[in-house]
Amino acid sequence: MDYTLSVLVENHPGVLAKISGLLSGRGFNIRSIAAGETEDSTVTRIVMVMEGDDRIIDQVKKQLTRLVDVIRITDLTDTPSVDRELALVKVSIAISRRVEVFQIVDVFRGKVVDIAHNSLVVEVTGATDKVEALIEMLKPFGIKEIVRTGKISIARGETVTEKGGENRA
Amino acid sequence: MKMQGAKMVVEALKREGVEVIFGFPGGTIMPFFDFLHREEIRMVLNRHEQGAVHAADGYARATGRVGVCVATSGPGATNLVTGIATANMDSVPIVLITGQVPVAMIGNDAFQEADIIGISRPITKHSYLVRNVGDIPRIMKEAFHIARTGRPGPVLIDLPKDVSVAVGDFTYPERVSIRGYNPVVHDNSQQIKMTMELVRSSKRPLIYAGGGVIISEASGELTALARKMGIPVTLTLMGLGAFPGTDPLFLGMLGMHGTIAANQAVCECDLMIAIGARFDDRVTGRLSEFAPKAKVVHIDIDPASISKNVVVDIPIIGDAREILQEMLNFAEPLPIDSWREELMELKRKNPLTYHQDSAVIKPQYVVEKIYEVTGGEAIITTEVGQNQMWAAHYFRYDRPRTFLSSGGLGTMGYGFPAAIGAQVAFPDRIVFDIAGDGSIQMKIQELATAVINDLPVNIAILNNGYLGMVRQWQELFFEKAYAFSCLLQRPSCPRHCNNPNDECPPYVPDFVKLAEAYGAMGIRVEHPEDVEGAVREAIGSPKTVILEFLVAREENVYPIVPAGAAINEIMIG
Ligand SMILES: Cc1ncc(C[n+]2csc(CCOP(=O)(O)OP(=O)(O)O)c2C)c(N)n1
Ligand SMILES: [Mg+2]
Repeated sequence: MDYTLSVLVENHPGVLAKISGLLSGRGFNIRSIAAGETEDSTVTRIVMVMEGDDRIIDQVKKQLTRLVDVIRITDLTDTPSVDRELALVKVSIAISRRVEVFQIVDVFRGKVVDIAHNSLVVEVTGATDKVEALIEMLKPFGIKEIVRTGKISIARGETVTEKGGENRA
Repeated sequence: MKMQGAKMVVEALKREGVEVIFGFPGGTIMPFFDFLHREEIRMVLNRHEQGAVHAADGYARATGRVGVCVATSGPGATNLVTGIATANMDSVPIVLITGQVPVAMIGNDAFQEADIIGISRPITKHSYLVRNVGDIPRIMKEAFHIARTGRPGPVLIDLPKDVSVAVGDFTYPERVSIRGYNPVVHDNSQQIKMTMELVRSSKRPLIYAGGGVIISEASGELTALARKMGIPVTLTLMGLGAFPGTDPLFLGMLGMHGTIAANQAVCECDLMIAIGARFDDRVTGRLSEFAPKAKVVHIDIDPASISKNVVVDIPIIGDAREILQEMLNFAEPLPIDSWREELMELKRKNPLTYHQDSAVIKPQYVVEKIYEVTGGEAIITTEVGQNQMWAAHYFRYDRPRTFLSSGGLGTMGYGFPAAIGAQVAFPDRIVFDIAGDGSIQMKIQELATAVINDLPVNIAILNNGYLGMVRQWQELFFEKAYAFSCLLQRPSCPRHCNNPNDECPPYVPDFVKLAEAYGAMGIRVEHPEDVEGAVREAIGSPKTVILEFLVAREENVYPIVPAGAAINEIMIG
């Protein structure tokens, strides 16, 4: 099963390497990882999707907590949250079939953001399953390249994400 | 006060009360040594950077204080790696300072550049690349704090040369505040209450304690608690000395080379109280059969150690000493006489044994004699292999910080430099490195360090001419094919020899001559009746001494639980 962790870390050079190194070194599986500055410029938020079970994710959280640069970890797996990722998909397509692609993209509220002679680039934002569904639909046309950001998440309602977190060392 | 970065580092070391530094110089770290030179702080010049970290580690384990080690960039830094990993596995507080090429050159493959921060990331508790001279006071303060608090460990500070010569303002912070680092302050009273209830209803309780008890200085509390309640105790290798080895309640070490009484107790207990131990695979054997009948309470400072290997019923996260103190308040004698007697009987019937005939020295006999002659009043360090296990079995450790051994990483070459560190800390105590003939050669150049610093370290080499532990596994698990484990074997020998005899080629090196070449004393002992006298002579001498004992070549360590077997599937030889 997939787990979503939101991790606040010190905005220092090398922190992302520390985290990904720890996770790979201990044999944990990262599905996606997205990092960016927060409202506080000294803090970076990393949203990562990890594959595992409750025991494995418990170890992931504990091991991450041991890192001095990790300020707080929040498990968003069971928290109501808004989840988004962005994908750019380059589809090879004959001019004659462009309209079909446009129709599909429309249904998914995506956009065609670049058109060349024999290809076009589709942009789509949404929860991971929506992004994946669109990719599935585009496959028969011939996908040349996919670029995805990885999932980012924020808790719904009044809750501020980090308030639900754990902080131990 | 304005000063150069390198001087700030020296100032900070003074503020932290550092009395000795182990190190080795080179280009990028020269400004630091230049300032250090003008101060009174003692500096021990090791002969290899790995020797310097192990020495700082031995110093730290023997004293409980933070060890300090300094090296240059590039090869100096990479030579530290094994030592850092050793300290990290065994939770030893060390601050390491490495020189680095100037900030602007980092990443350019400059001369003697190595990304030591990257290389050491998985084996340090934390690390810093210093980019601004003004950060030095805070970083130094934090480094010492992080190294010694919580679950201790090595902290590395990488100091680029331009930063160490830049001038900045030095004010040493009073306290640290790191938002991501708050070693636990949990209220454990509920868990402790639950634990004591379990203890009271238990008929077969067992305490399984490890190195965490020594780190948190909780030996006194552990001993008081076990004695008051009458609960038998087993210790891990790292825990030896945390509970008196001569106490009747002590069952011996558990695990792969554990005693029958200890391993049997693990299988039979209905309550296991694990304290500062981490259920390492060398301890548990096959996990499904480890303490199968027991409820498990686990006291540890590191939440990540809890339920990592064995699922725990009551986790208690915190400092072992504080928790044991609280438990002591509720402690009462338990009516568990029959359980205790059952274990005492097992212990009586299955002592650790060997047979010493008159011809060849048995390695166990050497350790036993060192124990007798010193009256147990010695700091013992070990190398790795059979020597390490015999040192664990045949010397009884009554006090913490007297058995220093690389448990987690199992680093051959650890024992001798660690003995140097311990002797620097305690010049008047007797220090022995119980060594294998293979391991000692890994850091033999530190003889110069010991001799030059007048350190009367005694090295007892149990020379079996083999990488003995490897040979033992080959004998037991690889059909006695001694592949590359004989240290006498030459190209002229049969490739598949497993038959050591009088015709074997001579041993290299001649350890006695080697000792003498370094200005140390060398004594070779070939007969059982000479063992005791030689040990006495070594102790009586103010010199660094190599005692080379020519021991039975194919002696095995027993008991042994084969890797992956259940802890009570014991081979006793
Ligand atoms: C640096 C290092 N390399 C290899 C090993 C694997 N190893 C474990 S024990 C051992 C044999 C040690 O031989 P020796 O020092 O003579 O000790 P003995 O077992 O004979 O007492 C070896 C090679 C190790 N632990 N450390
Ligand atoms: Mg040997």
